[in-house]
Amino acid sequence: MFETLFAALAELMTLQHLGFMTLGVVLGLMVGVLPGLGGIVGLSLLLPFLYGMDQTSALAMLIGLVAVIPTSDTFASVLMGIPGSTASQATVLDGFPMSKRGEAARALSAAFSASMIGGVFGALVLTGFVVIARPLILSFSSAELFALAIFGLSMVGVLSGSNLAKGVGAAGLGLVFGSIGSAPATGEYRMEFGTLYLMDGVPLVIVALGLFAVPEIVDLLRSGSSISSSSRLGRGWMDGIRDTWIHKWLMLRCAGLGAIIGAIPGLGGSVVDWIAYGHVVQTSKDRSNFGKGDVRGVIAPESANNAKEGGGLIPTLLFGIPGSGSMAVFLAGLILLGVQPGPAMADRNLDITYTIVWTLAIANVVGTLLCIIAAPGIARLTTIRYTLIAPFMIMVISFAAFQATRSIYDLVALLAVGIVGIFLKRFGWPRPAFLIGFVLAEQSERYLYQAVQFYGWGFLGRPLVLAIIAITLISIWLGARRRPGEQSASVATEGAADLAKASALWPQILFAVVVLGTFAFALYESMMLSQLGGIFPTWAAVAGALATIIVLVPLLRGRVQSSANFDMEAAPRENDDPFGAWGMVAWLAAFVGVVALFGFFIALVLFFLAFLRVMAKASWPMTLILTVAAAAFILTLANSLNLVFPGGWLQEAYDLPWPLR
Amino acid sequence: MTKLGRRGFLAAAGGTLAAAALPGSRALAQGVNFAGRNIEWVIPFSEGGGSDAWARFLAPYLSRHLPGQPNVIIRNVPGGGSITGTNEFMARARPDGLTFIGTSGSTQFPYLLGDPRVRYDYEVMPPVLVSPTGGVVYLPARFGIQDASQLGQLADQELVYASQGATSLDLVPMLAFLVMGLNVRHVFGMTGRGDGRLAFERGEATIDYQTSAAYLSNVQPLVDAGTAIPMFSWGVMDAQGNVQRDPTFPDLPHFVEAYEMMHGQPPSGVEFDAYMAFFASGFAAQKPAMLPKGTPPEIVATYRQAFADAINDPELQANKEAALGAYEQAVGDDVEPLYRVATTISEDARSWVREYLTQNHGVTF
Repeated sequence: MFETLFAALAELMTLQHLGFMTLGVVLGLMVGVLPGLGGIVGLSLLLPFLYGMDQTSALAMLIGLVAVIPTSDTFASVLMGIPGSTASQATVLDGFPMSKRGEAARALSAAFSASMIGGVFGALVLTGFVVIARPLILSFSSAELFALAIFGLSMVGVLSGSNLAKGVGAAGLGLVFGSIGSAPATGEYRMEFGTLYLMDGVPLVIVALGLFAVPEIVDLLRSGSSISSSSRLGRGWMDGIRDTWIHKWLMLRCAGLGAIIGAIPGLGGSVVDWIAYGHVVQTSKDRSNFGKGDVRGVIAPESANNAKEGGGLIPTLLFGIPGSGSMAVFLAGLILLGVQPGPAMADRNLDITYTIVWTLAIANVVGTLLCIIAAPGIARLTTIRYTLIAPFMIMVISFAAFQATRSIYDLVALLAVGIVGIFLKRFGWPRPAFLIGFVLAEQSERYLYQAVQFYGWGFLGRPLVLAIIAITLISIWLGARRRPGEQSASVATEGAADLAKASALWPQILFAVVVLGTFAFALYESMMLSQLGGIFPTWAAVAGALATIIVLVPLLRGRVQSSANFDMEAAPRENDDPFGAWGMVAWLAAFVGVVALFGFFIALVLFFLAFLRVMAKASWPMTLILTVAAAAFILTLANSLNLVFPGGWLQEAYDLPWPLR
Repeated sequence: MTKLGRRGFLAAAGGTLAAAALPGSRALAQGVNFAGRNIEWVIPFSEGGGSDAWARFLAPYLSRHLPGQPNVIIRNVPGGGSITGTNEFMARARPDGLTFIGTSGSTQFPYLLGDPRVRYDYEVMPPVLVSPTGGVVYLPARFGIQDASQLGQLADQELVYASQGATSLDLVPMLAFLVMGLNVRHVFGMTGRGDGRLAFERGEATIDYQTSAAYLSNVQPLVDAGTAIPMFSWGVMDAQGNVQRDPTFPDLPHFVEAYEMMHGQPPSGVEFDAYMAFFASGFAAQKPAMLPKGTPPEIVATYRQAFADAINDPELQANKEAALGAYEQAVGDDVEPLYRVATTISEDARSWVREYLTQNHGVTF
């Protein structure tokens, strides 16, 4: 084993191989910086070049890219409050408040150092574990995976803020949204309204961007300022590294957590960061600052999400089972290179596996260094007036959104989920809880059904299932116990409730009634299905409806002091747009509308011109320069992905040349 | 199935027949030149799937052998279980030879089943390549079944198969087990054949199949370790539509042989007809590449020739193992018959399958 390990290192240590690795790393960093774009897009950019490359170089390039995306996606999470990719959603909770406070440098350096160590740790786990992992992975059957999904759902308790009922309600809403599309047990279509688009469900990237990015962009635009309230950015780099050192055990625990959860096929990487975040909240003595800019809330998810890649490679290589979308594309890359994953990867082809291990470790280090070099420049974005940045953000997130099915419906879905996100944020329904429900909806349903099919209800007595249930209970208890002097045992993910006590309750009541109506609709739809196909959304809707009623009661009674009373609009704002949030939503809706008429590219150019002139009040030269830059950027990206932009009525009627078609 | 106007049908059939019947496609292909052009190969699946890998492997060779060496790029149009992208291609693609499509069994099945969301019609798209694939059905060694002739011993035992869904590619094993008379319970919701293999290795599933490449790399070790025993391969189809042994597994009986070993007579009946239609569409001719409706015969001939040359490219032959397996790719004159078998089903067989799926698995059409 060790001989192979060092032979693989020697093989990798040529200028050519390292050069290709760095190429992958640089591309990964660039893709990771753009919000919403992750491994799938990055790997798709590389796939056309794999043909004819030698195996080691190609592997180095692919792994270099995969390894650093969870490092560079931190930029968007910390600086913009937009999850850079699905792996760093939880980083937003504390990272973004830190950069608003002017501590962006500290948050970034803590995140990068934690990412690097997490990534190297993941590579280490892969080294040793890959040889013995088969029986361990096989011991996680559908029953254990179901228990793990429940463990993931239990994190909702920690992320519910001051009102648990809203957390459960939001998670229920996520579960209902997540059950759109075909039922795992029967293949029946649920709540797809007869459309092809909803057959496969709403894509995760759209839900994540809609929930987090759209409300944040709208909010920042309304305030009309720059992101950072302080223009001081240069300092704090050492503080962040010191923070990581102080919390080294936390970091290692979270890295271990990330590697293990990544290695279990079927759970997927999208909840790793939330579980790590939940873990740090549960095990910390002083948790008053979580959600308001506690550096531990950055270190935990960032160390876990890089370690996850090392773990995630284990089932991909050993069983050919990709744990995530990007691993699926990586798998296709392997096949193009003539590598068949299987048990031989821990045996006859161990040299290939160890090439991957070394690349993973080295790429993490190189990636971190490059991020640190690039950080001061990128961090300066937070001092620019946000109205100048917003159109670029909207361009990138809509580009990321239509990666899902390459159609305008992706943009419509983004807008719809975005409006839901704006209301959730405004009324203090925790969006992380919604997202966890959404991500785990399909998994919990599928694995419950399969576990019952394979083992009967006796699956609950399997030793490993019992162990996971015990861990879940301990974790709930750890999270729920209140320490002396604490107001609440969980993190206010939507901001401090005391500032948002409204005297006019009707907007909140109206929203809660709409939520209740959604649950009622889901319940009604489930009645139309077979028992197996309908039982899961039924339960999710019932639980969500009960929680919503608990939220509604104090509101209907007019109890202003209740923890259910939360309306961000009641909190004082320094600046505001005359039309409030609706003005910004109207801009987005107009953009989607123009896409429907003239296609994405023309709409983008028009949007840039109009927005920069009207909202940002930029001069004509400035407007033109920024518009041309945006158009050039998007054309380059689309061209290298062989992408045709979503078309509209114009494209339907006329055959136009690319990029207009 | 989509109703086709008689005139449209005749015109299309005429077009494809003309392309097939004209001798010497090389002669016909002259005059077509794609130099300096970009050719789009539409794949109605996302990056990273089996069809994507198939197209990406073939694209550089096709590019090399099309006249003028155009750039062949893959355009993924995912969504709607591949129906979306194929519908769009059918409605929009121009018959100028600059765009063509590659589909898979998961695109053919809803068409064969008469899914109302399907707006494409295989009959009018001229095929230029058909790629087969195969797989092997295996059992746990603990059952003590040595080969297919002993399968009858399992008659009163319930087997469990981990399936991706009743209308997915796993419809083929479902029909196969049914025709054979095996008592199999299908547990749905697997996200790929890899999931099914894992369930088998854990002892949850007690019968499974893997496609050839996955079988060789992941199941053969189990067979060598004495924990799994292969029963039969799906087999491949010759130009006459007869099932033959899989070249990857020449020592294993194919499905029809296995049936005979078990029952002493060849299979027949509407169930078997249905099985054959879906087997052809899901395995023997799983991935066809087609040009848009109404493409001129000389362009069709150019593509057929280019694919034939590409497949015979020594470099492709040397590298094809991981992407294509040992299967003979249908090119030139072999394309048409295989394509027809894979994209047609008798009305009896179709209504029988629909009825069966509705009755037993609650599928609504």
